[in-house]
Amino acid sequence: MQQGWIPLIPESASSFSWKVDALFFYLSGVTLFFALLISTVMIFFVIRYRRRTPYEIPRPIAGSHKLETLWTVIPFVIAMTMFGWGARVYFEQFKTPENAIEVYVVGKQWMWKLQHATGQREINELHVPVNRKIKLIMTTEDVIHDFFVPAFRTKADVIPGRYTTIWFEPTKPGRYHLFCAEYCGMNHSGMTGSVIVMEQRDFDDWLSGNIGSTTPATAGQQLYQTLGCASCHGANGEGGRGPNLIGIFGKDQDLQSGQKVRVDEAYIRESITNPQAKLVMGFGPIMPTFQGQVSEDQMVQLIAYIKSLHGTGESTPTVAGSPSPAARPGASPTRNIR
Amino acid sequence: MKPIESFEVPPPPRVNYINATYGLKSWLLTRDHKRIALLYLGSITFFFFIGGIYALMIRLELLTPQGDFLQSTTYNKVFTQHGIIMIFFFLIPSIPATLGNFLIPMMIGAKDLAFPRINLLSWYIYMLGGVITIYALLAGGVDTGWTFYTPFSTTFSNSYVVATGLGIFINGFSSILTGLNFIVTIHTMRAPGMTWMRMPLFIWSHYATSLIMILGTPVIAITILLLAFERLAHVGIFDPALGGDPVLFQHLFWFYSHPAVYIMVLPSMGVISELIANFSRKNIFGYSFVAFSSIAIAVFGFLVWGHHLFVTSQSVYAGMIFSFLSFAVAIPSAIKVFNWTATLYKSSISYDTPMLYALGFIGLFTIGGMTGLFLASLAVDVHVSDTYFVVAHFHYIMVGGALMGYLGGLHYWWPKISGRMYPEGWGRFSALVIYVGFNLTFLPQFVAGYLGMPRRYHAYPPELQVFNVLSSAGASILGFGMLIPAIYFVWSMRYGRHAEPNPWHLPGLEWRTQSPPPTENFEVTPVVTWDAYEFAPREETEVVGKFRPELERI
Amino acid sequence: MASHATTAPEVHGHRALQHHFENMEQQREAGTLGMWIFLVTEIMFFGGMFLAYTLYRSFYPMAFASGSNHLDITLGAVNTGVLILSSFTMAMAVYFTQVGKQRPQVICLALTLVLGLTFLGIKAVEYKSKWDDHLIPGRLFAGNPFDPVVAAHGDEDPHKLHLLEGATVKQVEMFYWIYFAMTGMHALHMIIGAGLLTFLLIYSLKGRFDPEYHSPVEVIGLYWHFVDIVWIFLFPLLYLLGRHYLH
Repeated sequence: MQQGWIPLIPESASSFSWKVDALFFYLSGVTLFFALLISTVMIFFVIRYRRRTPYEIPRPIAGSHKLETLWTVIPFVIAMTMFGWGARVYFEQFKTPENAIEVYVVGKQWMWKLQHATGQREINELHVPVNRKIKLIMTTEDVIHDFFVPAFRTKADVIPGRYTTIWFEPTKPGRYHLFCAEYCGMNHSGMTGSVIVMEQRDFDDWLSGNIGSTTPATAGQQLYQTLGCASCHGANGEGGRGPNLIGIFGKDQDLQSGQKVRVDEAYIRESITNPQAKLVMGFGPIMPTFQGQVSEDQMVQLIAYIKSLHGTGESTPTVAGSPSPAARPGASPTRNIR
Repeated sequence: MKPIESFEVPPPPRVNYINATYGLKSWLLTRDHKRIALLYLGSITFFFFIGGIYALMIRLELLTPQGDFLQSTTYNKVFTQHGIIMIFFFLIPSIPATLGNFLIPMMIGAKDLAFPRINLLSWYIYMLGGVITIYALLAGGVDTGWTFYTPFSTTFSNSYVVATGLGIFINGFSSILTGLNFIVTIHTMRAPGMTWMRMPLFIWSHYATSLIMILGTPVIAITILLLAFERLAHVGIFDPALGGDPVLFQHLFWFYSHPAVYIMVLPSMGVISELIANFSRKNIFGYSFVAFSSIAIAVFGFLVWGHHLFVTSQSVYAGMIFSFLSFAVAIPSAIKVFNWTATLYKSSISYDTPMLYALGFIGLFTIGGMTGLFLASLAVDVHVSDTYFVVAHFHYIMVGGALMGYLGGLHYWWPKISGRMYPEGWGRFSALVIYVGFNLTFLPQFVAGYLGMPRRYHAYPPELQVFNVLSSAGASILGFGMLIPAIYFVWSMRYGRHAEPNPWHLPGLEWRTQSPPPTENFEVTPVVTWDAYEFAPREETEVVGKFRPELERI
Repeated sequence: MASHATTAPEVHGHRALQHHFENMEQQREAGTLGMWIFLVTEIMFFGGMFLAYTLYRSFYPMAFASGSNHLDITLGAVNTGVLILSSFTMAMAVYFTQVGKQRPQVICLALTLVLGLTFLGIKAVEYKSKWDDHLIPGRLFAGNPFDPVVAAHGDEDPHKLHLLEGATVKQVEMFYWIYFAMTGMHALHMIIGAGLLTFLLIYSLKGRFDPEYHSPVEVIGLYWHFVDIVWIFLFPLLYLLGRHYLH
């Protein structure tokens, strides 16, 4: 990073980082303009109209509605350009794209635990391929943390009991800082790490050199059996005394109360920890709570398993990790080992 | 042009509020708003220096990237306590409880605040809160950050959260009582002829501040109460493990703590309006716009708390609404800056110390306010929130804004408060030192923040060291600059030149009585027949464009 | 406050006039406005708890209904009546002070105080039954954790917690926490109010108030009405909402 000169902005390494920078430069320009304008005018007045005799009284000026209108409307218009621009880029930053590679992140005092959909686990490091959209699904075991990668110009709080997501598309291979940006206790400043962006081929090599752990979806399948979910939801999630789980992710579910709910990470989590909260239409409150029996890591695995259950008649989990090769023809098949 | 009537230097004032009665009891049981203001002045100065020592410890630690001067636990306590002391025990009471307390009755021609006993009570409450907080700091300190975010503060922190919270809770009532007293006083105690549109802008801004105090402070009180119960009894209101919502705390906290920023800066804006008008001997340009922009800031200030939660999994659309409102609240502040600048046009500007602070304020507040727009702007905020960019921004508002106004006001009214003049040369010199030191401290932090340095970090990547070294160097200059006024104010109380009743030759009511004022402020209740800042007869008022001044005075 | 001997003699030299006011009218106006502003701060103070109530009720409607149904609606309704009656006697006390009738003024103040204490007594009975049913949330009292007996289907025992479909004991604990926070804070205000009434009663017996100086009665009356109004909101929110789930 240091090349004999000191950088004033961080490296720009994601698909929207330049957009944030562009807005930043616009804001800086406006700030500089007004700061200079005010100071120049002020310094000019201070010198030009300095007190020359001790008892002089200048002629009073009451004010001017025209000027007041002018300097109400112009700042407002400028502020609205900033608002619109900022909102547009923000919308893009938080509109999760389809077909992103999913990585599960669990924060914990004071480390980041990450797991790829293909099973590789990492601590305080994240390896991702360049020019691919990466989506992080994040939660925490204890306090609030914040996943912050300055080079990607993105961050999001990681909140206990919730899933937050961010996404980015790295554009430049390299090693970038990863910080925890929300104060989380004693070793907050030690909760740092790196995001390593690699060429696709290097990433594939890295992936194949790091086999060993099961994918979250497979681990979730095992949990599904050991926790006894299969006795009600069916051996492969096809349903029984409990509702069907195949192909429900991302769809709307009709509830007993007559409402609808979108099946997402938060809903699955709630249904496991607090099954009575949102009962599916046609099913009674017979499921016991699993609060305290499922760790955050396991919760993520169960969610990954349910996500992997597609409605196309398959009874075994498809290979985890969207996008599937079919969805992205250009993707390398080695990503989907096992 | 008719010169303002100049008083002969009077014989040493006969009986004034300082020498009316003697003894510790006469001070500790006083109901005189001026004496209570002095009690506050002493106590907030004490807290300011404690907070300042913490600040210097932070900057010392951050000289090197490794985090070698303090342990991380100590560092966490130091920055937490710096924030708590400076915000709750210095900035929030600073101008209202000292200058406001002293001057509001004098400026509107009243003998005292409406509830003198409540005023004294508010000082005792403040001191009680302060003592409990100091106890918490000495007993082991608190390490949650001044924001007390749950569930860290309720479940995970091993420090004196409840004791500190109790101190802040109690201190809040002091703020509520002060605000209540000010509003009632301004409504019911104005002298004959002192109409709303004749009030000095200092009064307007304190009126707006008091609105925030009475509407916002109870919310932080109940929030801290719930937090303490959660920590003691684990009932689950903020604990996700028990079905609670940790983000609810953040909403409640910022519902007060964002408007609290305006509690800090609005009184300072009032001081600056006084200084700009009086030291350029000119009525303020667009009086009613400046007055009502204070009220607008107070009202809008309650609608923008959500901009602290742009990255806290708040819905994208809520983010957009809060972003929009945050831009809207910038407009009244911009109006003030433009009007202050326009007031200088064709005026008669003196270079006395208070004016230097006022001019410095305008520059620093412009930067502080404009960088606020970076944070209101959603996409940029995602990158810079919780970094040193935010730290730099709010120090530009709170130190560059609130503290500059406080020091400017203290110099300006020092002759009235103490009956003595401060040394002008030293005053100008220290204003310059503080200005330079301040900018050197906080400008580099904007860059470090955009580069990604997170706040509350005790060790940081080595490539950011250069900015931290610059910042620490600036902090030492700033600290040195702060010592100078502390020394010469104390010196001047005994050795300063005796002040005339009206040393600056100004029309305000507070200058139409002796320095220091008598206990009852005025010999007879004044009757006001002039506007604020009326240096020259009204008939001479120049009309710009089609503007008619009588419209300005509804 | 006669400590300031320098004060010029006032035109309206009422003995209760404080030195820094011009006349009784100004003093009364200041006192009343001060109380109104104080009540605004009280609204904001309770507002934080009302927000928490709203939020968690929308999170866990069935649990809130279950908890609410367990409250004693008869005692709650009686208490509502007691408070409304006390507001009436308070208003009459203010009226009799304004017209300068000391005897009815004393009687009304005493009645208000008695009614206020009645409310607190009934509230204590209610709290006691919650204690017996192990409904005190959190771990404030080590010997009595939140551990109600959940009633089986068809069991009508009023001391057991009847959980509605979709509610858990954990969430009912949240309801009880909010119930105790809100009614406890309200009861604290009632206790303070009773103290203020005692002070008024003593002063009133001594004949300190007259038509020109009645603002303490008026101002404390405002406070009393405010505390009543808070209860008027608490009663339906805590006791009544969710009743329909019973049928």
